[in-house]
Amino acid sequence: MSLNDTIVAISTPLGEGGIGIVRLSGKDAIPFADKVFLSPLNKRLSQIKSHTITYGFIVDIESGTKIDEALFTVMKAPHTYTRQDVVEINCHGGMLPLTNTLLLLLRNGARLAEPGEFTKRAFLNGRIDLLQAEAVIDIIRSKTAKAEKIAIQQLQGNLSRRINELINKIIGLCVNIEAYIDFPDEEIEIAKTHEMLQQINDSRAVLQRLVESFDEGRLFREGVNTAIIGKPNVGKSSLLNCLIEKDRAIVTEQPGTTRDIIEDYLNINGLPLRIIDTAGIRESYDIAEKEGVKRSLQAIEDSDIILAVFDCSKPIDNADMEIVDKIKNKKALILINKIDIESHLFNIKDLKIDDNNCIKISVLKQFGIEQLKEQIYSSCIAGVDRDAMDSYIVTNIRHKNSLEKTIKFLEETEDLINKDEPFEIIASVLHEAIDCLGEITGTVTSEDILNKIFSEFCIGK
Amino acid sequence: MNTYDIIVIGAGHAGCESAYAASRMGMKTLLLTLNIDNIAHMPCAPAIGGVAKGHLVREIDAFGGIMGYITDLSSLQYKTLNTSKGLAVHSTRTQVDKHFYKRLMRHHLENLPNLFIRQALITDLLIKNEKIHGVRDNFGFVFEAKAVIVATGTFLSGLIHIGNKTMPAGRAGEFPSIELPQFLKELGFEIGRFKTGTGPRLKGSSIDYTKFEIRHGDGRPRYFSYLTKDHDYQEYPCYVTYTNDRTHALILNNLDKSALYSGKIEGTPVRYCPSLEDKVVKFRDKSRHQVILEPESKDTDEIYVSGLGNSMPPSIQEEIIRSPKGLENAVILRPAYAIEYDYVLSHQLKITLESKKIDGIFFAGQINGTTGYEEAAAQGLVAGINAAAKILQKPPLIIDRSEGYIGVMVDDLVTKGTDEPYRIFTSRAEYRLLLREDNVYYRLSEKAFELGLINQQRMDEIEKELIIAKRLKNYLINTRVMDYERKEPVTLDMKIKRGELMVADIEGIQDEYPANIINHVQAEVRYQGYLDRQKKEVERLKDLERIKIYKNFDYNISGLSLEVREKLKKIKPIHLGQASRIPGITPSAISLLMFYLKRGKDSQDICC
Repeated sequence: MSLNDTIVAISTPLGEGGIGIVRLSGKDAIPFADKVFLSPLNKRLSQIKSHTITYGFIVDIESGTKIDEALFTVMKAPHTYTRQDVVEINCHGGMLPLTNTLLLLLRNGARLAEPGEFTKRAFLNGRIDLLQAEAVIDIIRSKTAKAEKIAIQQLQGNLSRRINELINKIIGLCVNIEAYIDFPDEEIEIAKTHEMLQQINDSRAVLQRLVESFDEGRLFREGVNTAIIGKPNVGKSSLLNCLIEKDRAIVTEQPGTTRDIIEDYLNINGLPLRIIDTAGIRESYDIAEKEGVKRSLQAIEDSDIILAVFDCSKPIDNADMEIVDKIKNKKALILINKIDIESHLFNIKDLKIDDNNCIKISVLKQFGIEQLKEQIYSSCIAGVDRDAMDSYIVTNIRHKNSLEKTIKFLEETEDLINKDEPFEIIASVLHEAIDCLGEITGTVTSEDILNKIFSEFCIGK
Repeated sequence: MNTYDIIVIGAGHAGCESAYAASRMGMKTLLLTLNIDNIAHMPCAPAIGGVAKGHLVREIDAFGGIMGYITDLSSLQYKTLNTSKGLAVHSTRTQVDKHFYKRLMRHHLENLPNLFIRQALITDLLIKNEKIHGVRDNFGFVFEAKAVIVATGTFLSGLIHIGNKTMPAGRAGEFPSIELPQFLKELGFEIGRFKTGTGPRLKGSSIDYTKFEIRHGDGRPRYFSYLTKDHDYQEYPCYVTYTNDRTHALILNNLDKSALYSGKIEGTPVRYCPSLEDKVVKFRDKSRHQVILEPESKDTDEIYVSGLGNSMPPSIQEEIIRSPKGLENAVILRPAYAIEYDYVLSHQLKITLESKKIDGIFFAGQINGTTGYEEAAAQGLVAGINAAAKILQKPPLIIDRSEGYIGVMVDDLVTKGTDEPYRIFTSRAEYRLLLREDNVYYRLSEKAFELGLINQQRMDEIEKELIIAKRLKNYLINTRVMDYERKEPVTLDMKIKRGELMVADIEGIQDEYPANIINHVQAEVRYQGYLDRQKKEVERLKDLERIKIYKNFDYNISGLSLEVREKLKKIKPIHLGQASRIPGITPSAISLLMFYLKRGKDSQDICC
């Protein structure tokens, strides 16, 4: 918590609109933005006139990947909202590029802003008045309370257990070094170099896996659970492919092709959906397919919203009615698919459902898909706490950033040990690693370390 | 006649340093002690310094304090600890002649023109409108003063334990202070109880030294004080032996007779100086523990035994002491004992060590829950300076955590409090690489000079040293040599950073530059990258420290939990930096406070 370091945040509400803004404020706002900026005209943001907009790309220099096409607005102090240098990056591609841009800037030295921190700076630097600030105080109050609650929720279970194990491992190493430094008269043995390296390497591997699990779409996996259901061959997998705009599921004429659950992540106006394509529900004698059907039923149980697909080129049968029965008490959208095929066999009234929830689509002809997305979005959003979701995503980013920083410090520690550097230097870097992990699980104090020293080593005259 | 600026109660290491600093700042100072013969007595080990403790002694010296100087003059051995590690954790420790130390200290204090020494047992503090104006002794005699420093060590309700016998005492052979702690309780101070102890003393001629490992010093002094330029001393060695199965069996078979283990002691013990009972019981798998024999004085035949501290009855102590090799015929001069005493919970103090409750009372030393001569002396210095500064209406001395171990200790005490006797360690300092022995004068002299604790000449000398250091640094940056391994030229600076070269090993450098400068530049260059990182972190925190919290600030802010409010009201931090270090204070609480502090700005006084 400082007033002059450079903070960054996604400053547009998450999940509303395809465009979003990542905002930086602080003395290094422009150099940090420059690190991720690639101009087709070879411009540098540091050389651009204040209060102008520049076109370019957001690029991860390390991996060379382009994250998004964007507009960079450079505003130099003092004529800015915070009275500090400010850069705003307008991204286009929705949630994922926004979060990736944010992570990239964090990796390049910026700090994730606390709730309301931009406005706080504006107030403390005399840019806005007390009345305006009051509103921000309320934001801090409500958001931090919520964020703290969510951070705790997220930490319960596996993640917290694994991080605590890690912290203990790293502290263990630190305790040994600290005891060795502070009690030269005692016969304290320092761990062998290869033992230390092994411990660090193990910790680093665990951290790496944790970071990867974030990369695999952790942000989104925890989003709204959406199940596509229907009897076989009504076009569920085609719908999935169509929604995610890639061929994720195998589609054939053959009923019962999808036997396991296929899941992918979809983002509608920034709303993260975990979308599940289920095996078609029908009586089957095939063991694999039977298992698939069982899982489909479970997926219905677990889902927040259901997309029930019906084939309007065929008459309604018992299997369809069974589906209707399954979604009775769930939030569901009824999708009447294949409306491109002329047929009078299907009568929607026979389903005996509220036709306000019906959407006519043709996956094949890409008809009604946009309307479907809007409908999914509005149905979902109706019941979701927006603030809670924002906090959720931000907490995730925070955690990932802390883990990445920890890995960096551990790599440095390995290097120092390999070079046989003195222990007080190794300890100082290990402490930085511990502080990073402490950002997730709570600070580790020198008292904690002393406690461990005294429980493990017999010290004293 | 009996009116002073400052009264110091207690003439141990805290009291001496307080009185010395206050009188040097021009205060008419009265130092009160229960026994003038015991000024600056060392009731435990005859050693000063050690890891982090050595740093404290040097910091005291940088503020013109006296401990380092007296230590140099009474030293029997110098040893630099941690030489196998880097310069930041090199620490000096000395064995000292404790009788000579006392004599010298008394001599120096007696020669200060405005310092008065008197023997008295203080029972009451005189307070009017929550402000101190003097003290009264047990005969009803009154001494008046504008400020009082309480530095009573282990004397408050001191109770010695040996076996199942107890004896009220301040230290062995000295009577305790019973009324004063009672009085402090009545004033509403929160008082706790700690336990410590000391090892036995043996008759030197009864010991067979041929059976021991001998431990010499470094053979050359590393003086603690800026003022010590040259001093002849005769080195005395220490000796090492070990406990064995017999010792451990004696402990385990007689645990019921130990004061500590029979449940008679309520006070919280010092973990860093565990009794032999504790070591044997808690670490049963260790087959032996170190025993170190240290000379108490050149003039006596008394030997201090470190590692055999216990609270067994004398008959069993005798057997225990005779169990290690070489001590078979050892004769006890003074038995080991445990002592319980009252201390004042340190969160009741401001960062100046003044009480929050009553204006003008300062507390320093073991009474604040610390342990160790050096810790006590450092607090004595802070309290002495701040009591004087208050009377002189000068800004107080506040040492930041990034400026000195003294700052780390005082901040820990007043911000976090301590639930066991507090000792300084390098691991308590988050900026350990910045806080070194080699740069102590460069870190602190400016502050000392502003307070008038060191003179212009010394300040000039220190500034000159910095210029010479700068010259050496430039030389290292600008001199290239061939790196045969990498087949390219490389600067000396780079070679030192990589640890491939020591400044002292550069040809001719020792003729051109003094050793302390070489040492200093070695550390600065070797650690540079890490120092820069720590300095950046310090800067970040400084932002928070610039936001002061005014006196009587109202913590009843919606959005702050009741628990957080209570903690803040209890600690009364002076700035947001301190507030952020209080255990349990969240970043969002700090964030909220920022708004409210900005809002009330310019309208109220800043505290202390």
